[in-house]
Amino acid sequence: MTDEKKVVRKELETSKDMKKFMADYYLELDHASQTGERKIAWCTSVGPAELLRGMGFLVYFPETHSAMLGSTRAAMDYIPHANALGYAPEICSYLTSDVGAFTQGFTPLTKSFGIKSVPKPDVLVFNTNQCRDVQDWFAWYGRKFNAPVVGVRTYRGVKEVTDSHIISIAKQIENLIQPLEQVAGKKFDMDEFQRAVALSRECSDLWKQVLETAAAMPSPLTFFDGTTLMGPAVVGRGTQAANDFYRKLLAELQERAYNHDGAVADERFRIYWEGMPIWGRLRAHSELFANLKSCVLASTYCNSWIFTALDPNDPFNSMARAYTELFIVRSDEAKEQYIKRMFEFFRVDGIVYHNARTCPNNSNSRYGMPQRLEANSGVPALVIDGDLNDLRCLSDEQTNTNIEAFVERLAGK
Amino acid sequence: MPIPDAKFFAGIDVGTTTTKAVLLNADRQLAASFVRRSGTDLGASANTALEQALERAGSARAAIQAIVATGYGRRNVSFADDTKTEIACHGWGCHYYYPETIAIVDIGGQDSKVIKLDAQGKTIGFKMNRKCAAGTGAFLEDIARRLDLPVGELNGLARAARQTAKIGSYCTVFTATEVLDRIRQGERTDEIVRGLFDSIVKRVMEMDALVGKVVMTGGVVAYHDIVAELLSARVKTQVLVAPHPQEMGAFGAALFAAEM
Repeated sequence: MTDEKKVVRKELETSKDMKKFMADYYLELDHASQTGERKIAWCTSVGPAELLRGMGFLVYFPETHSAMLGSTRAAMDYIPHANALGYAPEICSYLTSDVGAFTQGFTPLTKSFGIKSVPKPDVLVFNTNQCRDVQDWFAWYGRKFNAPVVGVRTYRGVKEVTDSHIISIAKQIENLIQPLEQVAGKKFDMDEFQRAVALSRECSDLWKQVLETAAAMPSPLTFFDGTTLMGPAVVGRGTQAANDFYRKLLAELQERAYNHDGAVADERFRIYWEGMPIWGRLRAHSELFANLKSCVLASTYCNSWIFTALDPNDPFNSMARAYTELFIVRSDEAKEQYIKRMFEFFRVDGIVYHNARTCPNNSNSRYGMPQRLEANSGVPALVIDGDLNDLRCLSDEQTNTNIEAFVERLAGK
Repeated sequence: MPIPDAKFFAGIDVGTTTTKAVLLNADRQLAASFVRRSGTDLGASANTALEQALERAGSARAAIQAIVATGYGRRNVSFADDTKTEIACHGWGCHYYYPETIAIVDIGGQDSKVIKLDAQGKTIGFKMNRKCAAGTGAFLEDIARRLDLPVGELNGLARAARQTAKIGSYCTVFTATEVLDRIRQGERTDEIVRGLFDSIVKRVMEMDALVGKVVMTGGVVAYHDIVAELLSARVKTQVLVAPHPQEMGAFGAALFAAEM
């Protein structure tokens, strides 16, 4: 009969530690916001967090907050409020859901951690390596809180990262010191900065090892697990606590891999996810693939918090390199080579591209990449239409049929 | 006359607009079929379609060996033995008639698809329309209502037209506005209707490159075969209308049932 058996997933033991990590992180920010005991910097998710930590700031990442709005589907209630302020439905739905929620006095932090409001920024620091929308997003809050907004303006479509890229970006990072000193009320300390870079590099290396456990057959980890487990790498890189968490997680995943304990029961197909998650459908998609005995085990998205170039002995240049080597900054040619390496490393049977309506920089299906990569790698490709947070851009039935038909195709029908 | 000992394999395609049931005999020949509106109770609709097909075959439920459901409402068919996507079913059904490399264009009530098969019937690629009903049966029904024309008359009107009105809009709502504007400007209805069919063809062409033999299935081409002609003219390749195009998904599902 057609009654589908619901897959029961075994939760990772370490995920409990992550909940505590995230609670501690937000509660510390909230305390600082209320007491003014520590300065708070808002930072884009792949912004210069190491510099901010090295200068003593607590660092808040609004993108993670937006992902919470998406995964709880609260985003749908608040996007229209930002649209009404002139922030169009076509622009980043992280921005529109976050700004919309703020205007209505809502934050998912209340339900999760008992926190009434997002922490008040003393300064907002962006890097446009993701997109231009982060500038507009931070500019809105800068006006709202009367706080300075500074940032790094990156290159786009970089094929090879050259010295000229590094010199320019490193100089921009260095130039942040003076305005940040003014906000922090203290002098930049090179030793503290180098310490933060060293911790961040260690976090990156551990996170990379965590993700690479998915190369095991069956994979002990799914992309859907990764999108939540990456929390400490995003908000906590440059801290000892994040590294302690990933050391424990890595040990658990290595044990699962050793015991052939797959994240998806009877793994038949191994799939790579290209693009943003559809936060409001994370569980649904996880179950959909699991029921099809297909493991989405690797992604460009989760890999985006690997910064192997970071070097505490050359902090400015290595940060510039790490944040320019990122997939999202690169040319299509470089991106295709990268994905092909991932296909081989993770022994991938197929790739799903998420064409996120409001996130063009994270949607790599718009300039012929799926067709080119399929032709020269032989790995079948599927493109699904959706969005990170705006579920108006999603048709569940079309998505489900596309994915089921894709797995049928992989199975040879 | 009904054959008392006849055995059947059933395929049921629960689409967004219509539900189709197909019965195959032991030789995998189409024995009977039935098409009805899907309505809101998809499971009941599937059951009724199957019962009606059985009645046409002069048989009863006990004669069915296996049932495969497909289409938008496939999971609502609780009595099916298995489900397959409509992409697999249209592919497998068309491969039965065209065992060669083909591209299938299926235009249904609220979605359209391009499915590419190799000579063994293996899917080598497929595309579905985006979250938009432009270029589907729902689009035709909506515009026909606005033009105050029965849907059944559209094909004949388009065939009578000497020219094709250019319809440039990307979505059903804006197309309706554009059509009303054309009427206001005094353009001929038959040419507007032909233009509507041409706009459906353009939506299909956007989905994937069509080369080689193209086979069309689905309810739209079943009632409006001018779409195949217009598509052939635009993509400059052979475009065929499959046998029983509206029931092709259910037919493919029945073939899968026969393989269980």
